[in-house]
Amino acid sequence: MFLQQLINGITIGSTYALVAIGYSMVFGVLELINFANGAVYMLGGYLTLMLYTGLVGNFGLSFALGILLTGAIGYCIDRFGLRRLRAKKVPKITGLITTLGISTIIENAVRIFFGSETKPYPNRIDFGQITLGGVTISSSQMIILLVSVFLMTITSLMVYRTKMGKAMLAISQSQEASLLMGINVNAIISLTFIISSALAAIAGTMVGMYYQNIDASMGFSVGMKTLASAVLGGVGVLPGAMVGGVLMGVFETLGASYISSGYRDAISFAILIIVILFKPSGLFGRKQITKV
Amino acid sequence: MNKIFEFCARNTWKLLGTLLVLLAVFPFVFTSSYILRIAITVLMFIVLSLSLNLLIGYLGQMSMGHAAFWGIGAYTAAILSTKLNVSSLGTFLAAMLVAGVFGLLLGLPVLKLKGYYLTVVTLGFCEIIRLVELNWMDLTRGSLGIAGIPPLNFFGKAFKSSRSVYFIALLLVIFTVYLVHSIINSRIGLAIMAIRDDDVAAASIGIHVFVYKVMVFIIAGMLAGLAGAFYAHYISFIDPSGFTTGQSMELVILAIFGGLGSIPGAILGATILTVLPETMRALMEYRGMIYGIIIVVMMLVKPDGLLGRVNFKYIRQRLSAEKAKKQEGKSHE
Repeated sequence: MFLQQLINGITIGSTYALVAIGYSMVFGVLELINFANGAVYMLGGYLTLMLYTGLVGNFGLSFALGILLTGAIGYCIDRFGLRRLRAKKVPKITGLITTLGISTIIENAVRIFFGSETKPYPNRIDFGQITLGGVTISSSQMIILLVSVFLMTITSLMVYRTKMGKAMLAISQSQEASLLMGINVNAIISLTFIISSALAAIAGTMVGMYYQNIDASMGFSVGMKTLASAVLGGVGVLPGAMVGGVLMGVFETLGASYISSGYRDAISFAILIIVILFKPSGLFGRKQITKV
Repeated sequence: MNKIFEFCARNTWKLLGTLLVLLAVFPFVFTSSYILRIAITVLMFIVLSLSLNLLIGYLGQMSMGHAAFWGIGAYTAAILSTKLNVSSLGTFLAAMLVAGVFGLLLGLPVLKLKGYYLTVVTLGFCEIIRLVELNWMDLTRGSLGIAGIPPLNFFGKAFKSSRSVYFIALLLVIFTVYLVHSIINSRIGLAIMAIRDDDVAAASIGIHVFVYKVMVFIIAGMLAGLAGAFYAHYISFIDPSGFTTGQSMELVILAIFGGLGSIPGAILGATILTVLPETMRALMEYRGMIYGIIIVVMMLVKPDGLLGRVNFKYIRQRLSAEKAKKQEGKSHE
């Protein structure tokens, strides 16, 4: 029972981790909480579904197109919503409100075009299940886990091992200095948004398949939870976001099965608050030093 | 635009008087209950926006949990008046007290936190409060909500008509504006703004950062609780779906749209963003989207909000300085 719940928790937690990485990357580069990320997650799921039922009929292709489209939307968020704000050097809070506005736009657009009722979602990764010592693992769970781990590895390698990652780090320290060093700051920031949106789209589609349904309000609650997991791990630190996401999934699954399903989210938020109070920079975050 | 602001700064008292008279006459001119309902909602959101402005605009703490205090106030009033038959004065005071205690509870631990960590904790706080409201069946009746909350009644007299409720809401707004205005223009206000600008520097000149932060959290919580109690009596039915994190975010948007750290800004923001969706009733399903677009465009065009950078006190001082200079010039001639 416990092991079973643990596995369920890790599965859903690994999709949270993918979204949390997006928050963390954008935060790392811009010191901005991209509140639109939850809405993008939901939109990604819907776009794949739309392409699958309406246009293509081939799930793999529509999944790929869905990821690309969502990535493009991530680019648009940055290009049309945030770039001009950066140029004006306005306080950071402004960007946060812009992303809140964008998330409202996306959520309502989805409601208009797809309707606000819960929609069935095809599960194309269901090939049966295996039982190991009383624990049942379905193929969906395995695939979700594998894909998540794969994507997390790729993203980490990209951020910590390539020149692009170095450019991100440089931008997070000083945009002006990075510009002087010949880094195309706007392109790197756009790329960050594209990657975070694509990751969110993948997570959204996988969760849609896993639960076999999707609705327009799922973006908001998952957005809150994944933001919390990014902070739990320490914002701006990718391994932190991953561990935070998985922990969040495990907490909520165990909390739901052992304490009360109604208080599921409350338990995970309570744990988040306790962790932050004792370790204000998150589990893996570097301690911030206030310079006077 | 500057001319308008200068005019406002020069004639503050006259304009304020005119505004009060207009507000007093308003319910006699527009008697339709629909318009009065919007007006009452606007007035309530002004209280919320002002109280949140105290936290975000003046203290600089980005709180995303303000709807929780609103909900706590509403539930306190609803439970006391339906179960114990307490009069509105009692429920108002109790709502303020309970919301204030929760303000203290939230304020004490989050004080060491900065920036986004604080935001996320307040957000989690709001979710937890909502889930408690949703799951504590015995006390709050969960998602069924509490129905049949009695209308406002003070000293044995019930206020049922929209017009009388309007005046009570107006009184609440005047009380809130007066309170926030006197806090801001006192020693406390200066201390709070010093903390906002640089808390380390503020501490170094002897400002007790801790005390002031807790104080603002409590006051903001109490004001939101007051608005909640009013809301519960006015609407007579509450359920947890009204006090979500999404609602908290809308409150933040109200405060920022009008302009942080500005009382007229908070009032203007709450008014525009409450009336605007009502005028777009014909566009029903596109409302939410248009609302979002307005916010995004607003941030691009005027990132400080409508009155964010307008300091009427400063304009007034500048004008009087100019006047003094002119007179000096004349006397020299």
